[in-house]
Amino acid sequence: MIEFELNGESVTSKSEADTPLLWVVRDELKLKGTKFGCGIAMCGACTVHIDGVATRSCITPVSSVAGRAVTTIEGLATDAGKALQQAWVDEQVPQCGYCQSGQIMQAAGFLENNKSPSDEQISTAMNGNLCRCMAYTRIHKAIKTAAGGEGA
Amino acid sequence: MAMRADQIQGNVTRRTFLATSASAGLVMGLGVVLPGCSREEVATEIATNGASASFAPSMWFEIGGDGAISMNIPKAEMGQHVGTALARIIADELGANWDDVSFTHADSDPKWGPLIPGVSLGDVTGGSWSVFTSFTAISQAGAAGRTILRDAGAAMLGADPADCTVADSRVSANGQHVSFADIVRKGDVSRVLSDEELGALSAKPASERLLIGRDTSANDIPAKSRGEAVYGIDAELPGMVFANPMLPPTRYGSSIKSIDDTAAKDIPGYQQTLKLTDKPGLMEGWAVVIADDFPSAMKAADAVVIDWEAGPTANVSEADIFAEGARLAADKSAGTRFVDEGDVTAAQATAANSFSATYRTGTAMHYTLEPVNALVEIVDGKCHVHAGNQYRAAMLPTLAGVLGMEADDIVIHQYYLGGGFGRRLWGDYMIPAALAAQQLGKPVKLVFQREDDSRLDCVWSTSVQRLDASYDADGNLTAIEHAAAAGWPTLSLLPDFLGTGVDGNGKFDGFSIAGADHWYSVPNHRVRALNNDLAQRTFLPGYLRSVGPGWTGWAVESFMDELAHRAGQDPIEFRLAMLDAAGKNAGDQHGAVGGAARQVAVLKDVRERSGWGGQLPEGEALGVACCFGQQRDMATWIGCVAHVAVDKESKSVKVKKIWQTIDCGTVVHPDGAMAQAEGATLWGLSVALHEGATFEDGQVAQRNFDTYTPLRMADVPELDIKFMENTEFPTGLGEPPFIPVAPAVANAIYAASGIRVRDLPIKI
Repeated sequence: MIEFELNGESVTSKSEADTPLLWVVRDELKLKGTKFGCGIAMCGACTVHIDGVATRSCITPVSSVAGRAVTTIEGLATDAGKALQQAWVDEQVPQCGYCQSGQIMQAAGFLENNKSPSDEQISTAMNGNLCRCMAYTRIHKAIKTAAGGEGA
Repeated sequence: MAMRADQIQGNVTRRTFLATSASAGLVMGLGVVLPGCSREEVATEIATNGASASFAPSMWFEIGGDGAISMNIPKAEMGQHVGTALARIIADELGANWDDVSFTHADSDPKWGPLIPGVSLGDVTGGSWSVFTSFTAISQAGAAGRTILRDAGAAMLGADPADCTVADSRVSANGQHVSFADIVRKGDVSRVLSDEELGALSAKPASERLLIGRDTSANDIPAKSRGEAVYGIDAELPGMVFANPMLPPTRYGSSIKSIDDTAAKDIPGYQQTLKLTDKPGLMEGWAVVIADDFPSAMKAADAVVIDWEAGPTANVSEADIFAEGARLAADKSAGTRFVDEGDVTAAQATAANSFSATYRTGTAMHYTLEPVNALVEIVDGKCHVHAGNQYRAAMLPTLAGVLGMEADDIVIHQYYLGGGFGRRLWGDYMIPAALAAQQLGKPVKLVFQREDDSRLDCVWSTSVQRLDASYDADGNLTAIEHAAAAGWPTLSLLPDFLGTGVDGNGKFDGFSIAGADHWYSVPNHRVRALNNDLAQRTFLPGYLRSVGPGWTGWAVESFMDELAHRAGQDPIEFRLAMLDAAGKNAGDQHGAVGGAARQVAVLKDVRERSGWGGQLPEGEALGVACCFGQQRDMATWIGCVAHVAVDKESKSVKVKKIWQTIDCGTVVHPDGAMAQAEGATLWGLSVALHEGATFEDGQVAQRNFDTYTPLRMADVPELDIKFMENTEFPTGLGEPPFIPVAPAVANAIYAASGIRVRDLPIKI
């Protein structure tokens, strides 16, 4: 039994200690917004926050989050997170949408540490998140919009 | 009892529009009443059930007593916002207030009517066809609905229908209004319109459109921005078990000698390993590992040891496939004549000069970010498949054959697709889940891990293309012969759709050779389509975004550039001179009105916008390419210029900017169209510079994103994409902007460095 905090609530997992957090969140705790893409931390679709830090849940053993705070797209409630989700709609970012939970979680973690990023800093921070539809220009623009909105 | 789709396919052209009062309100549908049924019977059935298995609709929608308009969109949503585009076409003609409109992506339940290729709107989502092939029918459906509501509303207002206007979900005359909601509740709205009556309806003139061509938000975007959109991989059923597929070492002809699951038995949650067999033989050498949950299934899959007898292509390499393509392309007697204008043989025999070049494209893969997956339950004689799919009309009979069931007893439930790009046109990933569910008698959720998704992928075949130009003594271009060898998706998946050579001999895959029939006027022009049999036997060739025009465009536009430079002419001027819009290139099809003249217009536009001919720093240059999209009768005219910087020392290429000027006729959903153009442009760039797989030992070697490396954000150049404004018939958009990018980049590399690249992916 592994206890941790998920989106502000205490939860318990019965999964084996080495089970990737991704599957615990998706299949055991039934939050499907976090996606499986590659299983080797190369695409970013599975990105969640662990104690506020964007992390690839597909290679994170559930045992490693015992006692820690996990946030998924369903629980994203920071100012940056809300601004990003609004910007995603305003800029009409998603196409197929499958990568977008991970993109938003990655961007939200990034904006927490950099309130007014440069274009290059955005590209560097987001380079680990693949978008197979290649909606990159809009992802980039929406992050700028969200960051600008916060500063305004 | 409805007739089966395959029994009536091909002889149904007469459509009916039905408007029927039902419990849901007013149900309206445009479609085909199946032979053996009367319109009245169908109307009664729809009034009772809201649908009829005897009516194959190309579109149907309902208006509730509260005025809510709900539409059924059978097309798959895979990022193209297709529901928004199609619903707005109908709503515009209907005279609806867009705020009243919602839609769902319907399942394949036979009660909605059979999925008839060429008739049902939901027959296929691919080929960049959705708007092009639906536009006329759904515009008529909207206009028919408007006519019926107008007539009923006129009666309620005591007005002449001719004096009524329909807009904003209400009918108005003489300063009085009656809402759609009131008409549905109180009016006389049950009517049947015949094919002739439908044909007599006039669609709105473009100047009166209120939704088509106007910006809007895509319906699917909010849920996708909150993590709430439900994809096939998210589907669950009570009592389901989890399955991890065990793929054989070759696509075809492998068999299992033994399965040893001793080590797997120590893994908690492991249940068993099933060997799969099916009558059609689609699952040769397959097994699935069954477990209580997916992580256990993955772990157990690593522990199960299967000894295979590998199929005959177990040693095939990428080089072998290329070698076979080159052998075919060089054999002038081989192949099917797809184009044969003038007398190429005579022109070659009398040529004073000639020039040949061979262009190749390597294997590329779909890598949809949602790995393929399916959840299947067979209960009470019905098979329910839960999976995103682009071509359910093909999978229903395939699954029926595999399971020994009737197609009418199978329902494919649609979900959002975590990427399609042609991968989900073939639902092979449903088959192992269906067989396991049948064997176990319980729901099976089967998810391909990324490496297995890659091994199963219906890849973009390699191509080898040889082009031969002939010149007379004055240096005039007299002939072009183009031989193109590749694996053909249609040969494996839809052999009935193969075309016949222009001389009546042989077959070709139109999806694999389209683009070679370009709009340049060449006095003698021959195209030979060649099937690379080794490719065909080694893998299942797939319809990857742009399909054949992706590789024919690479060859044609690179070759045109080479010919221009050999002639000492500017590459754009050289092309313009060959685009005379004469004869067959005048464009007489409704999807290609204006012909090559529109190709000229986009080239001239992109020339001006890109500053073509201006000064650039050493090592930098512009390159041009153009294309007409996926097929001649659905022309999407594009002119593309790429700005490239080449560093010969480090052998690096940086693409700094891409301009595209696109003419796809009427743009239904402008921002959605732009999103498709951005994505397809970058996909074209990704295939040019970043992607590429190789076959080793009969399968692709690049099985995850550590070795298969699509373009990422830091690789994105500046994009400047423009749509031409006109009201021509809308054509396709999801794929065409892909096509000219790679040749434009290669042509820019040549201009910048003198290095001529003839292989894709590009390496200098």
